[in-house]
Amino acid sequence: MAGSSSDQTFDVASLVEDFDLNRIGQYVLVILFIGFFLAPLETGIMTAFKTNRAVAETIPLMPPLAEGFTLDNMTFALNALSGAFFNSLFMAIPATIGSVLFGSMAAYGLTMVDWRGQMGMLVLFLIGIFLPYQAVLVPLARFWNNIFPLASMIKPLFVAAPILQDYHANLVPLMITHIAYGIPICTILFRSYYQGLPSSYVEAAKIDGASITKIYRRIILPISKPMFGVVFIYQFTQIYNEFLFAFTLITGSDTPEAVVTLILPAVGASTSGIDFGIRMSAAFLAALPTLIIYVAFAEQFAEGLKSGG
Amino acid sequence: MGTTDTTESTTPATEEVGWETKVRYFLNNDLVRSSPYWGIPFLLMGIAVYGGIGFNTAISLTDARGLQQPDYTNLDFEMYTQVFESSAFLSAAQNNLVLLVVFTTVCLLLGLFLAVLLDQGIRNENTVQTIYLLPMALSFVITAQVWLWLYNYDVGLMNIITRGIGIGPIDWIGNPSIALGSVIFALIWQFSGYTMVVYLAGLRSLPNDQFEAARVDGASTLTTYLKIIIPQLKEASVSAAVVLMVFALKAFTFLYSLTGRYRPPNGTDILATLMVRQAFKLGKWAYSAAIATYLLILALGVIAPYLYYQYRQGSL
Repeated sequence: MAGSSSDQTFDVASLVEDFDLNRIGQYVLVILFIGFFLAPLETGIMTAFKTNRAVAETIPLMPPLAEGFTLDNMTFALNALSGAFFNSLFMAIPATIGSVLFGSMAAYGLTMVDWRGQMGMLVLFLIGIFLPYQAVLVPLARFWNNIFPLASMIKPLFVAAPILQDYHANLVPLMITHIAYGIPICTILFRSYYQGLPSSYVEAAKIDGASITKIYRRIILPISKPMFGVVFIYQFTQIYNEFLFAFTLITGSDTPEAVVTLILPAVGASTSGIDFGIRMSAAFLAALPTLIIYVAFAEQFAEGLKSGG
Repeated sequence: MGTTDTTESTTPATEEVGWETKVRYFLNNDLVRSSPYWGIPFLLMGIAVYGGIGFNTAISLTDARGLQQPDYTNLDFEMYTQVFESSAFLSAAQNNLVLLVVFTTVCLLLGLFLAVLLDQGIRNENTVQTIYLLPMALSFVITAQVWLWLYNYDVGLMNIITRGIGIGPIDWIGNPSIALGSVIFALIWQFSGYTMVVYLAGLRSLPNDQFEAARVDGASTLTTYLKIIIPQLKEASVSAAVVLMVFALKAFTFLYSLTGRYRPPNGTDILATLMVRQAFKLGKWAYSAAIATYLLILALGVIAPYLYYQYRQGSL
């Protein structure tokens, strides 16, 4: 707002104005904060490529030099995490698709119709977003372990399937849990989008006698493509990064079905303390999938956060 | 909508409406026809969220612990009084309150400051925003590892800085009176980009001419922000504050990941970590379910006024 003149004209006056003290102060602050947000991550990445000696003797911000450089930590971390990467993606991708689809359907159902109970139902969805998951952890553990042990029921199917092992069956309850608890946020994200759509599309289709399903498939789905992008990116990041459900439903970080976030706090730890070269390598690798998505789709991610929190 | 109108207009013409017609109208009703769309997700979510809460409450009224099955014939509120009288709960609640207040306040202020800074027509504004928001894309498990390294006593960056300015090495995580502050600082680093984005969206939705008007009146940029712009960001502040406060209540992952054990660093135990430890380390199911209920009530205490406020604003 205040400085919009800077990128419009080439006249000298505005260029000079650009260099006043205020402007310089602003850019100094911007750069300082870039340092504030990036320095912690930078030290992590630098440390990942350093030998133990370099880790102990050099400043964390400095890049590794000549004999201080090593790829051993990365290789070790990659070995420690490779199975977990498969588990994380095997669990997170279907869980994301499931919750996004259900969220879109629910939002469509809720915005299509006008009825009195709608506000009440909306409130129920909203509370589902803010729910502290601790309030359902004990029931979740009981449900999947004692009442409905789905994992052990479907194990034979997983033995027969190619690529998969029987222990991958333990990821299915986690997947379903993520779908169920992801529905509220996805619904609210889609709802705010559908409310912004002009109602004339749907009205016209209704007059033409199109069924509710046809309106959804032919009109709503195609025009909500951008929103699908936003919700998918948001939800995938959330599920991939999630820890508490995985911690509750998967027995330990040393089990073969453990996901990435479950293993990371244990990688590189020994009785003599933490090997930070290895730990930082593992953290960097674990962050890579979400980092790539974030850099490629930063705008969509910000959009999801803005309305979802 | 449309269907109710037709029902009313056709009723007088046919006098007596047969049940078949009524059923047909009912089945043609938008609500009923759209029910598979909202019904299935609602059912799944409802079982998970409200079934879960109900089940949790039921367990909290029993004495279940260890391998002993919950006995639903003998229900009482004993666990709730037991929890409330334990010193671990009270100190966790106290830490939680400090975390909630300090974390939320600083995040809001820093986020507002960053949003105003980026609103000055900074070049490459989008890239800068992407960098400021980057920590939010990372898992708490990952950021906890990074901060563990920064806070390392011997060679961590934070102590290299403190030695440099002569206040000596500080035991950031190990000293119980500092640890909570260190955790809050790290979480502010992770979340202030989020509040910035919320405030930026609020700033962008304000009409541009207010600035011009204030300028004509001779107000400085600072006065304009303090007196005119910031008061209008109330809605953004409220919604960001709710998200931050609820997060502060349920924060578990960051604290767990610092140690990789059920017990977080000394001096940083909060309700969420206490609850998970009582349940999954000690097997005190009923006891931990009662802690979880307290946590839920606190969260509802934050959400309910917010939802009511939104409802009154007509923005639900």
